[in-house]
Amino acid sequence: MRRAALILVPYLWLLALFLVPFLIVLKISLSDIALAIPPYTPTLDLSTGWQGVKDFFAALDLENFEFLTTDDLYWKAYLSSVKIAAIATFLTLCVGYPIAYGMANAPDHWRPTLMMLVILPFWTSFLIRVYSWMGILSTEGYLNQFLLGIGVISTPLTILNTNTAVYIGIVYTYLPFMILPIYAALERLDGSLLEAAEDLGCSRISAFWLVTVPLSKNGIIAGCFLVFIPTIGEFVIPSLLGGSRTLMIGKVLWEEFFNNRDWPVASAVAVILLLILIIPIILFQRNEQKQREADQ
Amino acid sequence: MGQTVFEPWNDPDAKPLIQFRNVSKRFGDFTAIDNQSFDIYEREFFALLGPSGCGKTTMMRMLAGFETPTEGTILLGGQDIAPIPPNKRAVNMMFQSYALFPHLSVWENIAFGLKRDRRPKDEIESRVAEMLKLTRLEQFARRKPHQISGGQRQRVALARSLAKAPKLLLLDEPLGALDAKLRQDTQFELMDIQEKTGTTFVIVTHDQEEAMTVASRVAVMDHGRIVQADIPAKIYEQPNSVYVADFIGEVTIIDGTATKVDNGYEIDFAEGQPTLYCQTDKQLANGQSCHIAIRPEKVSISAEKPADRRNILQGKIHDIAYLGNISTYHVKLANGKIVKAQTANTRRLAHRPFTWEDDVYLSWSDTAGVLLER
Repeated sequence: MRRAALILVPYLWLLALFLVPFLIVLKISLSDIALAIPPYTPTLDLSTGWQGVKDFFAALDLENFEFLTTDDLYWKAYLSSVKIAAIATFLTLCVGYPIAYGMANAPDHWRPTLMMLVILPFWTSFLIRVYSWMGILSTEGYLNQFLLGIGVISTPLTILNTNTAVYIGIVYTYLPFMILPIYAALERLDGSLLEAAEDLGCSRISAFWLVTVPLSKNGIIAGCFLVFIPTIGEFVIPSLLGGSRTLMIGKVLWEEFFNNRDWPVASAVAVILLLILIIPIILFQRNEQKQREADQ
Repeated sequence: MGQTVFEPWNDPDAKPLIQFRNVSKRFGDFTAIDNQSFDIYEREFFALLGPSGCGKTTMMRMLAGFETPTEGTILLGGQDIAPIPPNKRAVNMMFQSYALFPHLSVWENIAFGLKRDRRPKDEIESRVAEMLKLTRLEQFARRKPHQISGGQRQRVALARSLAKAPKLLLLDEPLGALDAKLRQDTQFELMDIQEKTGTTFVIVTHDQEEAMTVASRVAVMDHGRIVQADIPAKIYEQPNSVYVADFIGEVTIIDGTATKVDNGYEIDFAEGQPTLYCQTDKQLANGQSCHIAIRPEKVSISAEKPADRRNILQGKIHDIAYLGNISTYHVKLANGKIVKAQTANTRRLAHRPFTWEDDVYLSWSDTAGVLLER
């Protein structure tokens, strides 16, 4: 009985904060745009009784989803989001792995401090940190001033409002999510395994590729998903740092919602986005499951 | 037909495989190895025995290449190994934790070293098959390390370290993680494999029984020094110091002063107690203080005073340790000194001749005790 009650808590949480909002979004995506408040029809009118419910369901249709297939903006935006997320994830891995490796091999008394430094940026608002990147990357920004000052370049670089700025923003923001799971995997690595590999004829470098990397695989996979999944739907970074040519689905969704005030189409975009994300989320959970089994 | 005895350390012409020449190793202020020189010969099963922190593991890690000597040189087959990194040495190591690669199968673990040498595929396959057969692991080749038992993992580790046919195999507490019964079986298996492959083995252990069982020579270490290195029987019967006598097996140490008599010395150890006689070639000054180390199994225990022995002590049984096959009697002398005596339990326990608080006589032969200088 107590166990059932314990299990019930997370399910109620999910029901209230995930399933119910999702059903509302799903319902809006099946509605039609209207000049009203709220800006869609039908709305459920219970005063007319059973007939009202029937009318309500009869008015729902898949029109908005059909619309998404007619304009190539949408599938291009989805594809571009996946591409940007994939490249950004790879870049984050390239930056994050050496940091995690360095942390795991640092002297014991240094590790808590290094861990603190990785988490420290979370203490400042995410939005402010992204804005500060605008100050760094703009044409008159600190980076260009510095490069001009030391004479590396003669004309300022255009970084802000390009995809490069988006990548910098994503890598910077999501780096801790990459570092922490990889660090956790590397920290558990038994040092005698590397000695054994060397003893059996490996150089330091091949021991890294043959032992360290395979044994931190689960950390790498977890880190990649933790970066990839939220990056696909990322809105703040591309809208603040990206240019007009940066096409990401988060931005499209925002424009549908606030500029066009087309809630039904915006909802349809969100539903499709969720369906796309379900695949990597399932893969991520399978990886976690496998790791748990291996630990036993 | 006489079998030739394997004793290369007594042969002046024999070339040692490993030579330690005045090797010292210091970690900061701590001296792990203190100016040691000794030789290990080909096909030897050499045991480094000592309590934890005595430097035995450091000695082994220097052979493997994970540590370099602070001073002195180590020669392998006449060649200084200091500049050779661990991955280029003809030395392999079996780790205490086994250090099996958890992401690779048993087969891949054993093949790991061979693949690094870029040997041809069929050669790798036949060598791994040979190793699997040697360690009786054929049916586990496809399993991962976490899917097999501790004893099987130990054999995988051994097979992996032997696969490259090293000149020298290092074993770091190889049986430490096994339970007592399995350990005994595995000791004989190790000796068998050592003999079959003809590899030189150096084993590090803190278990004196294990060292005595498997090794051709045992080096007893203390505080970074080898106190005595010899065949197990000599280590046991002729320890060169109280430390060795005390570390190996059970022993009673009696302190006293020596007086030259006949072919040995008479030791006066306590007022009101008879002197003890110990036959020896050693030369001590009259009145020099010394120790006698006497093994309990060489002490006879009797109710009547034996007539034909020179060493006789009288006391009361203070404690009895019953070990099944043998019993150890702790006999308290009049001056409070405890002397241990051991008897084999050839008869049923109900017929035990002595019990607590019995007055008994202890006696031993002229050659049973070992006289040790202080």
